[in-house]
Amino acid sequence: MTAAAVPAMKARRRSLYPGWFYAPAAAIYAVLFLAPTFASLYFSLTRWTLFDSVFIGFENFAQFFREPFLIQGLVNTVIYAVITSGLKVVLGMLLALMLTSQIVARGYLRSVIFFPVLVSTVGVGMTFTVLMHPTVGMINQGLATLGIQGPGWLVDPKLALFSVALVDVWKGVGLATVIYIAGLVAIPKDYYEAARIDGATSLQNFFYVTLPLSRPATATVITLSFIGGLRTFDLIWAMTKGGPGFASDTVASVIYKQYQAGFYGLSTAGNVVLFVLIAVLVVPLTMFLNRKQGHE
Amino acid sequence: MKSRKSIIGGAAAIAATFVVFVIPFLFIILMAFKDRQQSALRDFSWPAGFHLWDNIVEVVKTRNWMMITAFINSSLITVVSVTLLIVFAAMVGFVLARRKTRFNGLIEFLILAGLMIPPAVVPTIWLLQGLKLFGTLHGMILIEVAYNLPFSIILYRAFIATIPRELDEAAVIDGARPLDVFFRVVLPLLWPVTVTNIVVQSVGIFNDFTNPLYYLPGNANATVQLTLYNFQSQFSTSYNLLFTNILLITIPPLIVFLFFNRQIVAGMTAGAVKG
Repeated sequence: MTAAAVPAMKARRRSLYPGWFYAPAAAIYAVLFLAPTFASLYFSLTRWTLFDSVFIGFENFAQFFREPFLIQGLVNTVIYAVITSGLKVVLGMLLALMLTSQIVARGYLRSVIFFPVLVSTVGVGMTFTVLMHPTVGMINQGLATLGIQGPGWLVDPKLALFSVALVDVWKGVGLATVIYIAGLVAIPKDYYEAARIDGATSLQNFFYVTLPLSRPATATVITLSFIGGLRTFDLIWAMTKGGPGFASDTVASVIYKQYQAGFYGLSTAGNVVLFVLIAVLVVPLTMFLNRKQGHE
Repeated sequence: MKSRKSIIGGAAAIAATFVVFVIPFLFIILMAFKDRQQSALRDFSWPAGFHLWDNIVEVVKTRNWMMITAFINSSLITVVSVTLLIVFAAMVGFVLARRKTRFNGLIEFLILAGLMIPPAVVPTIWLLQGLKLFGTLHGMILIEVAYNLPFSIILYRAFIATIPRELDEAAVIDGARPLDVFFRVVLPLLWPVTVTNIVVQSVGIFNDFTNPLYYLPGNANATVQLTLYNFQSQFSTSYNLLFTNILLITIPPLIVFLFFNRQIVAGMTAGAVKG
């Protein structure tokens, strides 16, 4: 490829930054990502067996919004994304503040908090399924020794989604912390000195210096974890399979269930719904976060 | 000299993180040492005997050595797709940061779209079947490359902007062609972001469960994440083997972590926040 392409480019124009550098990435991306995405817009309007498809208009979407458990999945997805990204922002910021201060054992703390990021999500999910067992699970046994009756983390329909979200935070907070550490380290020390001369308390320091100046980090953490939360599948699947009942189903797990059941058109419609949901929530959010950033 | 306050704070932090983060991992290790009966209790107790080796042997032998196949498959997918990702993403990031044309806006939009839009699963399967790539390792590799390109490109583009253009021009004066400039001058300078990319993408791809579940069905092509389901059944679960399996597949990410721990924060500073 290169031997033929380079002299050709040279003959035409001696560009240092040849356009064909885009080609390998563009080809893979266009064929395996863009093409299926556009195809999904059509196939979501069909009854589809992979071999042939019958155009049925918006029937899949109508069915999607008729089924109460599918609506529930949609609501769950939003709740899950809000909880996980909210907690990751707050905890990530607090942990990063702690780890950039003069605390002892910084290296140990940083490693310990970051390590779960690297471990398999399914492995983490299976481990916490055992730890969260209502009677023999270690979490409730630990609470029992303190005299607290622990709840049925994953078997209580009201609680299952929140329990999975907590495990998600446990696994992902290390990444948020690292991004915040990077953001905090980049704040020039002069601001803190100026604030100290003005007699600022440490609380004022945090709210008037640290918080506004770490906005780029906050934008990154929120965007990454919010999108991740909306698309979450593997942790839910490893821990509850959407259960009990449909209590912890998210759009992604619904898509998988419809796929497994052979409803390919409906599954693809679910994908389009998720796509629209992400666009509607994430685009205004990133615009808001980035506009504020420009004013600083 | 550390102040007394920071020592007390540190001690509290160590205790809290020990309970929250270390104990679950100790639990995994302890369970991997137990025999079947004792592991069935699922408690945080000391193993009655040393069964780790027996467990490992049994896990590896299960389903005709599926674990070995899975490790080979996962390693192949990870190494090849991360290599392709690094070369292709750096090429895009390089030209995108250096050459301003009217297409830049469109390209950046496509990159952001790739970060946000969930892949259309069933149409992709249909397409892969048409290309005869469904259920094959190279199909899986191309999928991982396609899905992870946007994030890698963003990391690279932000970093390339910090490398002076004069370097490229100096190389050209010395007689270098574009490919030489890229591979021999620019790419080596991108090493800090390349490390970040290696860490983030290799861990992500090695631990990927969803995509192999959809695009790589069948035991012959199993990846390590799928082996976790070998020891779970509706009626009885072999907890000792399940946790031994979790322990085994955590070793590669652990090695990556031990090697690159320090560079992770540096790379994040370079790419994620500025981008």
